[in-house]
Amino acid sequence: MIDSLYMPYLMRIEKITCEAPGVKTFMLKFVNEEDQNNFAFKAGQFGEYSVFGEGESTFCIASSPTRKGYIECTFRQSGKVTNALAGCEEGSVIGFRGPYGNIFPLDEWKGKNILFIAGGIALPPMRCVIWNALDTRENFKDITIVYGAKSVNDLVYKNELKEWEIRDDVRLVTTVDPGGETPDWKGEVGFVPSIVEKIAPSAENTVAVVCGPPVMIKFTFPVLAKLGFRDENVFTTLENRMKCGFGKCGHCNVGKVYVCKDGPVFTQAQLKELPDEY
Amino acid sequence: MNIERRLVRKDSLEKLFDILRQNKKTVFAPVMKNGKASFKPVGSFSSIAEDYIQTTQSSKEVIFPRVEKFLDYEKNGKEVSIKGFDYQSVTETVLWGVRPCDTIGFGTLNSIFNWDFKDEIFNARLSKTIILSFSCNKSDDYCFCTSVGGNPGSTAGSDILFTKLGADGDYLAEVVTEKGQAIVALASELFEKTESVEKEKFLANVPVKFNQEEIRKKLEKFFKSSQWVEQSLKCLGCGACAFVCPTCACFDIQDDAHGKIGSRMRCWDSCGYSQFTVHTSGHNPRSVQSQRWRQRIMHKFSYMPERLSVYGCTGCGRCSRACPADMNILEHLISIQEVKI
Amino acid sequence: MDDLRKRAKELIDTSAVKVVIGYEQGTGNKTRALFVENSEVADKLIFDSRCVQNLAAYVTKQEVKSKGKMAITATLPVMRAIIQLASEFQVNDDNLIVIGITPESKIIDFKNLEEVETYVHQFQIEIDARNREILDKLDKMTPSERWKFWIDELSPCFKCYACRAACPMCYCSRCTVDFNRPQWIPVSSNELGNLEWHFMRAMHLTGRCVDCDACANACPLAIPINLLTKKMIEDAKSDFGGYQPSLKGENLLSTFKPDDKENFIQ
Ligand SMILES: Cc1cc2nc3c(=O)[nH]c(=O)nc-3n(C[C@H](O)[C@H](O)[C@H](O)COP(=O)(O)OP(=O)(O)OC[C@H]3O[C@@H](n4cnc5c(N)ncnc54)[C@H](O)[C@@H]3O)c2cc1C
Ligand code: SF4
Ligand code: SF4
Ligand code: SF4
Ligand code: SF4
Ligand code: FES
Repeated sequence: MIDSLYMPYLMRIEKITCEAPGVKTFMLKFVNEEDQNNFAFKAGQFGEYSVFGEGESTFCIASSPTRKGYIECTFRQSGKVTNALAGCEEGSVIGFRGPYGNIFPLDEWKGKNILFIAGGIALPPMRCVIWNALDTRENFKDITIVYGAKSVNDLVYKNELKEWEIRDDVRLVTTVDPGGETPDWKGEVGFVPSIVEKIAPSAENTVAVVCGPPVMIKFTFPVLAKLGFRDENVFTTLENRMKCGFGKCGHCNVGKVYVCKDGPVFTQAQLKELPDEY
Repeated sequence: MNIERRLVRKDSLEKLFDILRQNKKTVFAPVMKNGKASFKPVGSFSSIAEDYIQTTQSSKEVIFPRVEKFLDYEKNGKEVSIKGFDYQSVTETVLWGVRPCDTIGFGTLNSIFNWDFKDEIFNARLSKTIILSFSCNKSDDYCFCTSVGGNPGSTAGSDILFTKLGADGDYLAEVVTEKGQAIVALASELFEKTESVEKEKFLANVPVKFNQEEIRKKLEKFFKSSQWVEQSLKCLGCGACAFVCPTCACFDIQDDAHGKIGSRMRCWDSCGYSQFTVHTSGHNPRSVQSQRWRQRIMHKFSYMPERLSVYGCTGCGRCSRACPADMNILEHLISIQEVKI
Repeated sequence: MDDLRKRAKELIDTSAVKVVIGYEQGTGNKTRALFVENSEVADKLIFDSRCVQNLAAYVTKQEVKSKGKMAITATLPVMRAIIQLASEFQVNDDNLIVIGITPESKIIDFKNLEEVETYVHQFQIEIDARNREILDKLDKMTPSERWKFWIDELSPCFKCYACRAACPMCYCSRCTVDFNRPQWIPVSSNELGNLEWHFMRAMHLTGRCVDCDACANACPLAIPINLLTKKMIEDAKSDFGGYQPSLKGENLLSTFKPDDKENFIQ
């Protein structure tokens, strides 16, 4: 039987983790083992997750390609499909199409320092590449993660944050917006861009990966420029509205670029060439 | 293959139509309703409309239907079973009476649906469709095929192109493809051998109004122009222009649920709608109509030629005829060409 | 016509308004909206019987509004629409001046919307004879005949929403059809969904529709959707004593009274 591009894999929800209010992580396994064996993806790619009868929604694959046998996604309950997903229980079957989009060029980053800067619920696209880097740790020099959220409650992946905290081959800096701290909070207090400026990582032989809400990105780029990062070495992901995921439906088109095909990973240098429609 | 030229007597068209029907082919042809011509499955030759410049909607619907179901699902507790696209349901279809500006459009759609990932559903429909087109002997002020690389007698995209030789004349049939030859084989007695015929003098005269290469080059530096707002202040932001267009292919993906069962499909969408790009957060990268109008022109005359090596417009003029606000694409393109930058 | 151009120039030259919305010659035999922002452009203004697009649809459009204070050339249906919009707080004397055009194509100067209202109230909304006849025919049909009539007419609708976009009263930033939680109306075009869309629209316009026919004129497929709103105008007349747009904002179907005699409302 020939299937169409639009046919999803059936995936079973193996495990649900509540990350923060309204934010959940699903661990998904292929219902059909053969699909599992044929499936491969790389860090940075995304998929279309669906609840049958409600529709499809775009999330990145939040687990690392180095972890085989399952994929994970983390989503914020915000609209029609994400609400329906949030209502799913462990064991339920949902749809998944993918992987789509380009990748973080980890191969090109070999021998370099990596600085990850994430805000809010934007850690998921990052988590995939962070784990990928940590699982192939020998390929890279220093790894620094700066992660901020509105409040302590809003930090996602709390278990992993703990894990990264104790590892001595990665430097983790967590921060919450002023007023979002709890009495026992030991991390930083302040907005992500100012924390980046404060810890002032060296731009020498370093790539920066920035994911987060538009305001955070907007204020982080100038800070990185000030620290000496070149536009080609600053990576981010775009979230244009998507439907198909493979360059046909037109929704994600910005200038000559289809974000779903040529992205979602872009360098700041590439973004400067694009019209401001994201 | 080389184009074969045959003569079809004017009374033979009906016979050809009947033979197609006898061969169990679904025939889509222009039919008049409420004063508008549109493509419908037709059972009798006499119901085919004749006196119109162009159908209101393009014939893309036959290959890219306004609603295309991909899959059916059935839920059972936590389990789900799905059934994919039914390729058997795509039967041989004859598209009768399309104009060259539609047949060229199928090539454009083909580029969109196959430039990278291959869309098998689109391809299944295209491969099962036989395109019998008719040259234009009339045009109106909205037509501009000759400015975008077409012409009223273009064979591009047709399986057989018929050209009426004079007001009450017979037809020249140009058999362009193997699919066309197969049709000739069904009714070979109707396709007579002919000496070379000059078809040009029977074609509509559509003057060239602009140079699309020049427009493309200009658009590269035109993104921030104030022209977009000036041009589009009267645009109402509907989907009429995109829906009637033979090359617009943007779509939405939607589920249709009926209790435990339901389906998933794609349906036409348009970059002119305010909701087209809006995020769940409410952020809208194209928040005003001038940005959306700019996208329409840029996509067709800059982004598509760059990415897909085809222009996104065949000059059929439908969008201008259909627009409730009289946004005339030809007029706007000419004014872009005239701007000095 | 000269009066109209003179008035527009005056308004622009005295900076009374930033933009005058009127009609110009369009392409083919069409007329279309013209936005006059300087007095030379005013010479392109025209008015004749082809000018039926309801320009009031533009006064709620973001990019038009952002120009500043507007003036609008308004025939009776446009004036009605303006009054209805004013009652819904979309326009007021501070952002809009109305240049009235009488059925005899004479210009009327209005000082304010109240004067426009007084003018409008001299006339009742009357369904024209041709549509009256079709409505009578529809009334006499059996329910199944009527069902078939509407399925036949509305099935071709491809949901381009030109009708909605051209309608001065359809200015919601998020229309019910764009709403997906819950999905009241299916996004795709299909028989029942199309009926739902048009019935929904007719209901939302009952007691607001000014009978300008802009929706039907806008439809690229020439679907007579204005029959639905016309029918609702008739029903509003027989059941509620008729509709007249009013600055006091007494809307026919959206007026809530705690002591309503119907109990479903409580
Ligand atoms: C490449 C990419 C990766 C993403 N990764 C994540 C992730 O890991 N976790 C997460 O929580 N969110 C992610 N998003 C955003 C997520 O897709 C939207 O929040 C989500 O589609 C909302 O869907 P909904 O049906 O609940 O909302 P509704 O408002 O009901 O959505 C309707 C439709 O709008 C579109 N849409 C709405 N907002 C967005 C948006 N911001 N981006 C793209 N499409 C949108 C979708 O097509 C959706 O089907 C990602 C988006 C992109 C493009
Ligand atoms: S150009 Fe015309 S048809 Fe297209 S969106 Fe604007 S008003 Fe609608
Ligand atoms: S953009 Fe307009 S003129 Fe060009 S192909 Fe589409 S409908 Fe025809
Ligand atoms: S013009 Fe707009 S609707 Fe048409 S194909 Fe291009 S982006 Fe899509
Ligand atoms: S304008 Fe016509 S085709 Fe478009 S949505 Fe309205 S009724 Fe349907
Ligand atoms: S999501 Fe459809 S083209 Fe990019």
